[in-house]
Amino acid sequence: MVKLPSIGVLAAEGTAEIVQVGGWFLSNVWIIPAIPAASFFAILFFGKRMPRGGSELGIAAVAASLVLALCTVGQWISTVNGAHGAAVEPVVNRWTWWVAGGVDFQLGTLVDGLAVALLFVVTAVSLLVHVYSTDYVAGDVRYTHFFAFLSLFTASMLFFVLAENTIQMIVGWELVGVCSFVLIGHWWEEKPNSDAALKAFLTNRVGDVGLLVGVSVLFFAAGGTFSILEINTKALGGEIGHTLLLVSALCLLAAVISKSGQFFLHTWLPDAMAGPTPVSALIHAATMVVAGVYLVARLYGVFFEGMVIAGSSINALALIGGLTTLVGASLAFVQNDIKRVLAYSTISQLGYMVMALGVGAWTAAVFHLFTHAFFKACLFLGSGSVSHAVHSFDMKADMGGLRRHMPHTYRTFLIASLALAGLPPLAGFWSKDEILAGTGGWGVFGGTGGNGAYTAMLVMGMVTAALTAAYMTRCVYLTFFGRYRGHGHPHESGRRITVPLWILAVFAVGAGWTNLPKGFQIVPKSWTEQFGHFVEPAAAEGFYFPKIAHATPSWTLAIVSILVVLAGGGLAFGYYALVDRRAKAGGPATELADGPTSRWAPARLGHTLLAQKYYLDHLYTGIVAKGTAGPVARGAYWFNQHGIDEVVNQAGRKAVAAGHVVYDRIDQKVIDGVVNTAGAASHGAGEELRRMQTGKVQQYAGVMFVASVVLAAALILVL
Amino acid sequence: MLLNQFLILSAVLFAIGVYGVLARRNGVLVLMSIELILNAVNINLVAFGSYVSSVSGEVFALFVITVAAAEVGVGLAILLLLYRNRRSVDLSEADLMKG
Amino acid sequence: MDAFLNGWGLTLVTFVPLVGAALVMALPAGRELQLKAAALGASLVTALFAVLLLARFSVSRAGELQYVVDRPWIDVINSRYIMGIDGISLPLVLLTALIVPLCIVYSFGHFPEPRNPKSFLALLLVLETGMIGTFVAQDLILFFVFFEVVLLPMYFMIGVWGGENRRYAAIKFFLYTLFGSALMLVSFLAMFFLADGTLAGLEAARTFDMRALSGGATAAIARTSQLWIFAGMFLGFGIKVPMFPFHTWLPDAHTEAPTVGSVILAAVLLKLGTYGFVRVAVPMLPEAAAAWAPVIGLLAVVGIIYGALGCLAQRDLKRLIAFSSVAHMGFVMLGIATLTPFGINAAVFGMVAHGLITGMLFFLAGSVKDRYHTLEMSRLGGLLQQAPRMGWILGFCAMASLGLPGLAGFWGEFPAILASYNPAEILNEAVFRAYMVIAALGTVLAAGYLLWMLQKTAFGNAREEFADSPDVNDTTRREWLAWAPLLVLIVVLGFYPRLLHEATDPAVRESLQVEAVGGAPGDCLEVQRGEDCFEQLRRAGAQASSNSGSGR
Repeated sequence: MVKLPSIGVLAAEGTAEIVQVGGWFLSNVWIIPAIPAASFFAILFFGKRMPRGGSELGIAAVAASLVLALCTVGQWISTVNGAHGAAVEPVVNRWTWWVAGGVDFQLGTLVDGLAVALLFVVTAVSLLVHVYSTDYVAGDVRYTHFFAFLSLFTASMLFFVLAENTIQMIVGWELVGVCSFVLIGHWWEEKPNSDAALKAFLTNRVGDVGLLVGVSVLFFAAGGTFSILEINTKALGGEIGHTLLLVSALCLLAAVISKSGQFFLHTWLPDAMAGPTPVSALIHAATMVVAGVYLVARLYGVFFEGMVIAGSSINALALIGGLTTLVGASLAFVQNDIKRVLAYSTISQLGYMVMALGVGAWTAAVFHLFTHAFFKACLFLGSGSVSHAVHSFDMKADMGGLRRHMPHTYRTFLIASLALAGLPPLAGFWSKDEILAGTGGWGVFGGTGGNGAYTAMLVMGMVTAALTAAYMTRCVYLTFFGRYRGHGHPHESGRRITVPLWILAVFAVGAGWTNLPKGFQIVPKSWTEQFGHFVEPAAAEGFYFPKIAHATPSWTLAIVSILVVLAGGGLAFGYYALVDRRAKAGGPATELADGPTSRWAPARLGHTLLAQKYYLDHLYTGIVAKGTAGPVARGAYWFNQHGIDEVVNQAGRKAVAAGHVVYDRIDQKVIDGVVNTAGAASHGAGEELRRMQTGKVQQYAGVMFVASVVLAAALILVL
Repeated sequence: MLLNQFLILSAVLFAIGVYGVLARRNGVLVLMSIELILNAVNINLVAFGSYVSSVSGEVFALFVITVAAAEVGVGLAILLLLYRNRRSVDLSEADLMKG
Repeated sequence: MDAFLNGWGLTLVTFVPLVGAALVMALPAGRELQLKAAALGASLVTALFAVLLLARFSVSRAGELQYVVDRPWIDVINSRYIMGIDGISLPLVLLTALIVPLCIVYSFGHFPEPRNPKSFLALLLVLETGMIGTFVAQDLILFFVFFEVVLLPMYFMIGVWGGENRRYAAIKFFLYTLFGSALMLVSFLAMFFLADGTLAGLEAARTFDMRALSGGATAAIARTSQLWIFAGMFLGFGIKVPMFPFHTWLPDAHTEAPTVGSVILAAVLLKLGTYGFVRVAVPMLPEAAAAWAPVIGLLAVVGIIYGALGCLAQRDLKRLIAFSSVAHMGFVMLGIATLTPFGINAAVFGMVAHGLITGMLFFLAGSVKDRYHTLEMSRLGGLLQQAPRMGWILGFCAMASLGLPGLAGFWGEFPAILASYNPAEILNEAVFRAYMVIAALGTVLAAGYLLWMLQKTAFGNAREEFADSPDVNDTTRREWLAWAPLLVLIVVLGFYPRLLHEATDPAVRESLQVEAVGGAPGDCLEVQRGEDCFEQLRRAGAQASSNSGSGR
């Protein structure tokens, strides 16, 4: 096996300047995951005896992690500032975990800008979710257990984020998966919940095959190392053949597809809504699904070279991401369950991130991961707050008009929705716009640089932007506007719910300002691209990060994307304004009573002026809304449920059926049959032979006599 | 040399003995037939012994007589037990070892 | 102390259980308490000796045999009483010495019908002697004797204390494994006659000394003979493992065996087969091993998928776990088939991990049966509700069994997959890479059947049938006592696999070392054209043996 060269050697090889750094927080970062991990065991064993059932321990642990994470962030920022633009080497600490047969398994931490950013996101969101949960799951049968696993979930994700090598990534990856299994199935008394948990875990396992194989291939391709930095460096340095890189990148992509809910393995994600809402928030914002995106960002050297991202116009990563954005966004239209709307929206947004990585807009992807975490967490927690009040997730049946009853929830939800839709100056706008610019496809209007001309991805992203605005408008309207359709009197949730919501809302507004585009002349130059500056490693020769061509931000693109968003949102808004007007006149509150199809026939047959008045409606509802939300989305959803999901379900059923066939026909009949036949044959032979044993002495004597005569005769004749 | 006459006598005795062992049903008679066989062998041994002027034939015959005595003792004991249990010494009925 | 251990340690650790068994037999049947105390005492003394051996074991020399005793035994066939342990045997001896006392503790009060604790405990102890003896024997005849000693107690355990169909299962188990052993014995004899001990520095040419046979004495055997000899061992050990398609005795034996019997069967008995491969078949006949490896690998991956499919078809909890053993042992065999130190290390780790995890699962199945009086999964459900702790342990073990990182199972599974990407040079890479992918697919199925099992038994509400059953209670103190060490070890080995690898790694490397004879090149496994290398080795062997003039 190849001996690992030290990172210092790598640095020496580079021609450009690479700065080595250290620092207490950067080198002792392992404490951050260790605290929640310890708290998991503590809560599990002692939580029940604590006055607040262990939740205080979980909150304290995550808060401590957050403080340490903030210190780490600070130290990293000061380090990068001290480097004055030179490439900063990641801080690596590692120890040998175990050695066998010449393979060295190491355990260590790798801290660079990406890891630091994720540390902050994970701990911050997790802390808010913890606080929120003390109210949300109060009185639950398994309150203590819930907090224990929240801790473990956080610890696993932090472990994954800090992984120094691919083995650690596998460990973190699987631990995250098992935590999600436990938490999604938190209320396992109901079969649908445990089904959803099983589905989540099994779908992830399918992708894990890719992960295991991909990591194995990379290990040997890189000359016997699991180290992420070395693998990246070797991939970029041309030391690994392209075929091997492509194979491993595709294998890893399979893992990403399953974990990050990308198109055609995304069906587990909406089902995972069976878990408690804070868990959904944690899964969607910070801990689970972004693991896939993070994996690509971490091993970017492999993907960059393997997929030939530079100078191309399409690749598997970008295509999968692009398709996912569209699929997720269109499906979000037909959902009545508020959490499912958000789930599909997460799928679509994760598609954005993967697409961004696929087109080479690395920073944009990580930035979107960062902003999305806050507004998506805010949306999920908001939906939880709503359901807390109305005891349901059904927007059409049990919500509406909550604006007046739940002012805090309403405001924060609205802010987060606008951020998700991508309206300036909220967070989502900046990150989404950076992705769109990063596709490099805006060349028609003057060119934006970038790694290639991914025009198709740009179009997909644009369409999705419009769709996102539209479905979020629908979601907000159905929940907060119109007439209250549920039972009882909804009321605002308590402080422990609203305060986290407001904090997240503030981030949903401000998170985007950390990475204002370079050409944005309104603010001082030193304010722009701060996030990218600290997070993206400055490329150097012989370094672990590829040299990425950065796209130039474009005013025209920004304006067009804003217009697209406004158009999408405006159309939906217009439709629901009409619904609202009709509802006040006694019509149904959630959609137009004379549904497009039933309305269509009278419109063509009636020739009345009254009908003429609704031509606009027909345009909106019959063609745009119904066209998108109807046949297309329904078709997509049908395809999703009966096509893709059916394949998934059938695969499961067929596997069981195959098991039955193999077991009943082959195992029991053929293989075991052979064994039993051998036994039966010897038994039969014995049955036949026993007839010779008559028990009569004289018969024996006769046989003996005859035999000796024969033998004697033979003896005489032969000799 | 009268060897042939001895051998003929011995062969006749042997044949009678074999017939008795195989054909008679009475256990006592079977035992007696076994004695006949053994004595046929004895005659053979002695005859050959004197034919080659060696005493080993007579010595062997003595051994056979001893063994035969023991064999008759054990055999009669078995027959006695058989008779006590079954009130018969008919060998065709004693087939406990039938498989 | 050291001198004592060096001379007597292994003999004691092997035969103390037998003495215990004699003691148990000598006690009157009525005094149950004394019987239990005697049996537990004997097994604990054994464990104590095992721990002493561990404590004085020199890890830095783990590749060599330690505590070696070498005495004349059967001079006629030059078979000697040789015992010794190295890094491969040590963990397995410890595992055995740990499992048996736990089984004894567990069976207190749990004695399956028709009770008779006296015979039951005595059989357990005899079983222990057989198992430990197999792991420490260094002479093929001695090895064979211990290997067979195991059969009889297990046969009685299944046949007397088993379930409904126990006779069929017991006879099947006995005859099937005996059939394999017979062929194995033929192979051993063939080696005795064909190998040349002088090549390994012995005085006599014909020998059963395992050290000599794996130390170059087999270089005198022609290739074709080696292939046949290996085939015999392959059947003998493969049936014991059990490898597909020789596995059918296993589900029956497991289903019918009493809980403790199942636990020992899964935890230790199956390892006798894989241990045979690692200790006897591969090191003694590396050339034949290389020739057979693709077949072994194929059967292993078929077993992985096939066992998993078998699991999916089961309705009985215990039978499901039994079939999962077929799949898991497939991973172990795949690791062995790679013929690399890394792969065989993974296999040894997999053996220990499977012993702990599947042993635990069988314990759980037994306890479920005690409570619900059925193992029909469609009738179970809501275990987490009725017996939350036990439900949690079941979930934990299912996770460990499906190879969750951080628990022991993973380090047997993933390294086997990793190793098969890059098998020994002498083997065909492409074939093994295909095996790798198939084995990786097996992990999905493993998750499928284990979680499905978990959902059926643990999740959901308690069934009406059992809702008010007085038998359904949570884990008892005795169960905790029996399970806690296993659970702790599963976690500890998962977090710190080094604990095991420290010992196994040097031993595995040593065992894969192809001894160079008379100036011929060694280590033919790691050469591209390995066949030529072995041929050269053989020629050098023939030269050397004619020089020494010890031709037969």
